[in-house]
Amino acid sequence: MLSLRFPISVEKVPLNVNRSPCPSSKAQNLSCSSCSRSAWQRAFAGATGLAAREEDKEVNGRMALTGDLVKLEEPLPSGLRWELMPRHVAVIMDGSARWARRRGLPASSGHEAGVRSLKELVELCGKWGIRILTVFAFSSENWSRPKAEVEFLMGLFERVIEFELQNFSREGVRISTIGDSSRLPKSLQKLLNKAECSTKDNSRLHLVVAVSYSGKSDIAQACKSIAHRVRDGLIQLEDVDEELIEEELATSCCEFPCPDLLIRTSGELRLSNFLLWQLAYAELFFSEALWPDFGKAEFVEALRSFQQRLRRYGSRES
Amino acid sequence: MRFFLRKTMETESSVTGGYRRRFTGFLRKCMFSVLSMGPVPNHIAFIMDGNRRYAKKRNLQLGEGHRAGFASLMWILGYCYELGVKYVTIYAFSIDNFKRRPNEVQVLMDLMLEKIDELLKEESLVRQYGIQLYFIGNLKLLSDNVREAVERAMEITAKNNKLVLLICVPYTSTDEILHAVEESCQDKLDHSQAVKQTNGSTDHCNQTSQEDHEHDIKVVDIEKRMYMAAAPDLDILIRSSGETRLSNFLLYQSDKCQLYSPAALWPELGLWHFVWAVLSYQRSYSYFEKKRKQL
Repeated sequence: MLSLRFPISVEKVPLNVNRSPCPSSKAQNLSCSSCSRSAWQRAFAGATGLAAREEDKEVNGRMALTGDLVKLEEPLPSGLRWELMPRHVAVIMDGSARWARRRGLPASSGHEAGVRSLKELVELCGKWGIRILTVFAFSSENWSRPKAEVEFLMGLFERVIEFELQNFSREGVRISTIGDSSRLPKSLQKLLNKAECSTKDNSRLHLVVAVSYSGKSDIAQACKSIAHRVRDGLIQLEDVDEELIEEELATSCCEFPCPDLLIRTSGELRLSNFLLWQLAYAELFFSEALWPDFGKAEFVEALRSFQQRLRRYGSRES
Repeated sequence: MRFFLRKTMETESSVTGGYRRRFTGFLRKCMFSVLSMGPVPNHIAFIMDGNRRYAKKRNLQLGEGHRAGFASLMWILGYCYELGVKYVTIYAFSIDNFKRRPNEVQVLMDLMLEKIDELLKEESLVRQYGIQLYFIGNLKLLSDNVREAVERAMEITAKNNKLVLLICVPYTSTDEILHAVEESCQDKLDHSQAVKQTNGSTDHCNQTSQEDHEHDIKVVDIEKRMYMAAAPDLDILIRSSGETRLSNFLLYQSDKCQLYSPAALWPELGLWHFVWAVLSYQRSYSYFEKKRKQL
């Protein structure tokens, strides 16, 4: 008599155990509501190299075989589990200038090398099913850098975006920018608008670029906006809650505004005014590598560290 | 400070123990003298993580882990104030912690009551060295007896002005920001109401728009209503037990501070971890100062 046996054990492991709730989220992210279906999906995935994605049925033309299974474009390195992959990764790309200085090169060479690292990271995130990648390209404090360096960086952003725009469309990358764009050169502002419009329907990976951004200013403008709406009678004071504040933050353009994992390169141990509210429950990983040296191996190390962490959100395991 | 630290060390009757204590104290004094030659942080915050794991590791009851954590806190406070750190903030209880089992929450609340009483006794660190206590957070979420004890402690220590201990309970950063927004809005609404009542009807329209502009809600209005407005910028944030996340603690205030997450559980955190944190801060200090001057 034939019997159907799963190739791997079907265990009741909750999905989404490693996904950050935003601070306003009321329910804990430890639900097991579709365990049996999920367990079947994982068994099938294990056998066939396919991964289950609950939200998407189609990813840029790559139709799922069963309707909600999508082929991972590249198998995950050993030791990484697809069900524990972060949904949203944020990166503080630090160390480009230091990288150049150590090689006796001008800072501009460091930034250009940094672009190559970013391209590799975008590719890896797309292949490994990470939905959102937010990168800290230029902080509001960076305006105080030498004028020549700032001008070079603005020029570099324009060149890279102009060059990569077609690739973004082909690769299904949606690009958004957050930060005070009014301080950017007009030509860059125009290009960024064009990039956001032309890629807004792409859904494979959402690349959010923080330019002229300050986490504190982001919170402050959100609070101010809400306060004005209360003053003008558009909302009641009793209706103001954390969710409303989150909706006013610059990251409300994202499906999942709060990163699960923040990576900072170059060994520095600080947030440098990046995101702040959104990092309430994010796992922080500090890599010693300078940004131009941050590649696949370093990213895998960060992901492995992330997957080993136990996230409790203030409560306890039973 | 030396008097307090000697008093709280475990008593040993042997001569050797006495010599060892004096030698350790001397070493610490030398180390702090050296550290003091560099920039000393003004404000350090601690996420005191790992008490339960410590209790489990040593087969203790849950409450004993938290007690060991309190003892560790007294040591760390002693180090901070001996070095010259003026402000210390501790994450005693998060609003998220209410999700824990009710008996654990009760243990923590009972411990808090007990330790508040201890802190206010004559021979305690607070009394002897003039520490002002601030309890930071949404105090309305506390039970009546705990809230009364907390308010009493703040009242008793209000005149102390040498050192400050900010105890976050029950607190989350996002709740703090929400509260600040609500207070700012309420104040502006109250002000607008008062203006409308005192102004005549004929001049009402012109004056309202002018008043609105002058009393527009600014970022500084929101910041001054944050619970943590009582403290200056944060210099170092230390989380014990090796976890590297903020857990919704001082998000707004940690924009530029040095982060440090030693693997030691909170009751195991000691002098060397503290010294290392300060050294890391001093190493980055010149960078921070350069940034501040550029701005």
